[in-house]
Amino acid sequence: MAQMTMVQAVNNALDVELGRDKSVLVFGEDVGQNGGVFRATDGLQAKYGKDRVFDTPLAESGIIGLANGLAMQGFRPVAEIQFFGFVFEAMDEIAGQAARMRFRTNGRYTCPLVVRSPFGGGNKTPEMHADSLEGLFVQTPGLRVVIPSNPYDAKGLLISAIRDNDPVIFLEHMKLYRSLRAEVPEEAYTVPLDKANVVREGRDLTVIAYGAMVHTALKAAEELAKQRGVQAEVIDLRSVNPIDIETIVTSVKKTHRAVVVQEAQRSAGAAAEIIAQINEHAIYHLEGPVLRVTPPDTVYPFAQIEDEWIPDSAQVLRGFDKVLSL
Amino acid sequence: MSTVLEAAKVPYIQVLDETGKVVNPDRMPKLSDDELRELMKRMVFIRILDQRAIKLSRQGRLGFYAPAGGQEAAMIGSEYALQRDDFILPGYRDVPQLLYHGWPLYQWILFSRGHQHGTEIPEGVNVLIPQIIIGAQYVQTAGVALAFKLRDEKRIAITYTGDGGTSQGDFYEGINFAGAFQVPAVFVVQNNQFAISVPVELQTAAETLAQKAVAAGIPGFQVDGNDILAMYSVTKEAADRARAGDGPTLIEALTFRFGPHTMSGDDPTRYRTKELENEWERRDPLVRFRKFLEDKGLWTPEEEERVMEEAREEINAALKKADAYPKMTVPSLIDSMFEVLPESLKAQRQEFAGQEEA
Ligand SMILES: Cc1ncc(C[n+]2csc(CCOP(=O)(O)OP(=O)(O)O)c2C)c(N)n1
Repeated sequence: MAQMTMVQAVNNALDVELGRDKSVLVFGEDVGQNGGVFRATDGLQAKYGKDRVFDTPLAESGIIGLANGLAMQGFRPVAEIQFFGFVFEAMDEIAGQAARMRFRTNGRYTCPLVVRSPFGGGNKTPEMHADSLEGLFVQTPGLRVVIPSNPYDAKGLLISAIRDNDPVIFLEHMKLYRSLRAEVPEEAYTVPLDKANVVREGRDLTVIAYGAMVHTALKAAEELAKQRGVQAEVIDLRSVNPIDIETIVTSVKKTHRAVVVQEAQRSAGAAAEIIAQINEHAIYHLEGPVLRVTPPDTVYPFAQIEDEWIPDSAQVLRGFDKVLSL
Repeated sequence: MSTVLEAAKVPYIQVLDETGKVVNPDRMPKLSDDELRELMKRMVFIRILDQRAIKLSRQGRLGFYAPAGGQEAAMIGSEYALQRDDFILPGYRDVPQLLYHGWPLYQWILFSRGHQHGTEIPEGVNVLIPQIIIGAQYVQTAGVALAFKLRDEKRIAITYTGDGGTSQGDFYEGINFAGAFQVPAVFVVQNNQFAISVPVELQTAAETLAQKAVAAGIPGFQVDGNDILAMYSVTKEAADRARAGDGPTLIEALTFRFGPHTMSGDDPTRYRTKELENEWERRDPLVRFRKFLEDKGLWTPEEEERVMEEAREEINAALKKADAYPKMTVPSLIDSMFEVLPESLKAQRQEFAGQEEA
């Protein structure tokens, strides 16, 4: 099996699906000739031609609008938004149009669209490049929002997303693109879109995270075990819309305490939804309130203090201690 | 069909050819010898700053930087046509215009490094910080200019984007709103041929970008963007028209960026040929204007050396000042969110202040 980084796994998933299904198209700003600003689409235009892998004019609303038109005509577009902070430009075509296509034609047309986009902080990017905006789409009925935390999941989830008949927002954390390698099969395989993954077992505390925060949470969990002998169970959500509440509830019934670790700002995001669902499904199994470890409710900061702003394992560990003390 | 294409023809304007000869004397702006020398000084300064910024970026001593080298004439020439209280809404590459419009150099360095103090434009300096979202500044320009019109102020708003930027909906909305409200605005497109890797031929089927003005019902000009006198002349005329209440103008400046798109990993060899780069190096805006000035006896190598030395000193002083500036904190970031912090944010402020002590 090959060792791949996450960006290679994404590239490989696109390659496999372009090869398997003629209706798959890959496009966006700089994705063709240049192979994407992160090289996620490197080599694909040379291999599959300019009709299937192509550069678009610079307009996010145009890109997603084009994709929606192609999707209703039976293509499977994989459209790239170069950085997810630019998604506001395409908000109507995503939330107002793609998410509603099946509904407003009562199933006559569907929208098998994948919007791929790098997101997340820690890379000292300029403004509007690093935001975690998944919360906007957690609140959008009709969309799936998938966020892999490792190369294996990235490939399997992206293939599932491309094959899915409804629109999927697929968010790739920039910090994870090249920071870890893992075994990834060369051939096609799928990872289900709405099944969370227990990445560390434990009986004392349930920790829910996604994206890069899975790794921060794991690090804090090891530290917690070392310092206090307390075993945290860490759940990698993989999908924030829908949320796999079953896996969470199963864990909470065992641990009786839970905390959500989120890179996005505190209020009204995925963490809020997770906690609401825990309350609905498992409140009598809890021994204390479920807390969130998150940045404050500010605009994503300028680069100089992003490392202080994004939760690190020390801050997450303090969050664990607090949840355990309540 | 042909009448439509005829209507879309826009004038192409050049004052100096590539050898520094005046080819269009009617367009020659009325500038004194000192002013002509000043234009050259500024281009030399920006060239030195650009080279230094590229080096500093590679050493990790700067943050975000989008090289300006090659586009000095378009940037400096258009800014020089402005008055102090005219307002600039720039894109991310348009740092030179901002510096000459009053943004302190050390604050630009802090901005590049991601320090919020860099973004605090001093009172009396009429600029926004570089816009990252391509197109956003174009629509806002219509609003800034409308404010000047409503208050009957003789000021104009000027904005910049690139060839890629003309594909955004915001581009069309901006020039159309400006035309509809007949506001005092100037819209500049620096067509440096590439949007990161994407050549302008893939952006549009339109022959020129300036012709997009036709659909908005406003005047459009295509200018040799490496000819600082042409850039100055056309921008000055557009600004005068705007100030006189005659509405907005679209200016397309044909130019080329010498460096990579930004210093964050772009590799131009993936999308540009060496031949094309050489071709544009021959059209270097500094070479042409230097020749013009030397022929008039207004410029010497010694003078250029002196300007370069001054530039180096000024940049070093600004770096020192930026290095010495106190670091940002999360509580200060929270404070910058609202005039009056809501209780919820006050609580978060306390929480994060505590963490910083920990
Ligand atoms: C809304 C938006 N989409 C995409 C980007 C990413 N991006 C930054 S620069 C750039 C190319 C811009 O090209 P152009 O407008 O020609 O200006 P240039 O950089 O050549 O000066 C792209 C795609 C962005 N900053 N904002």
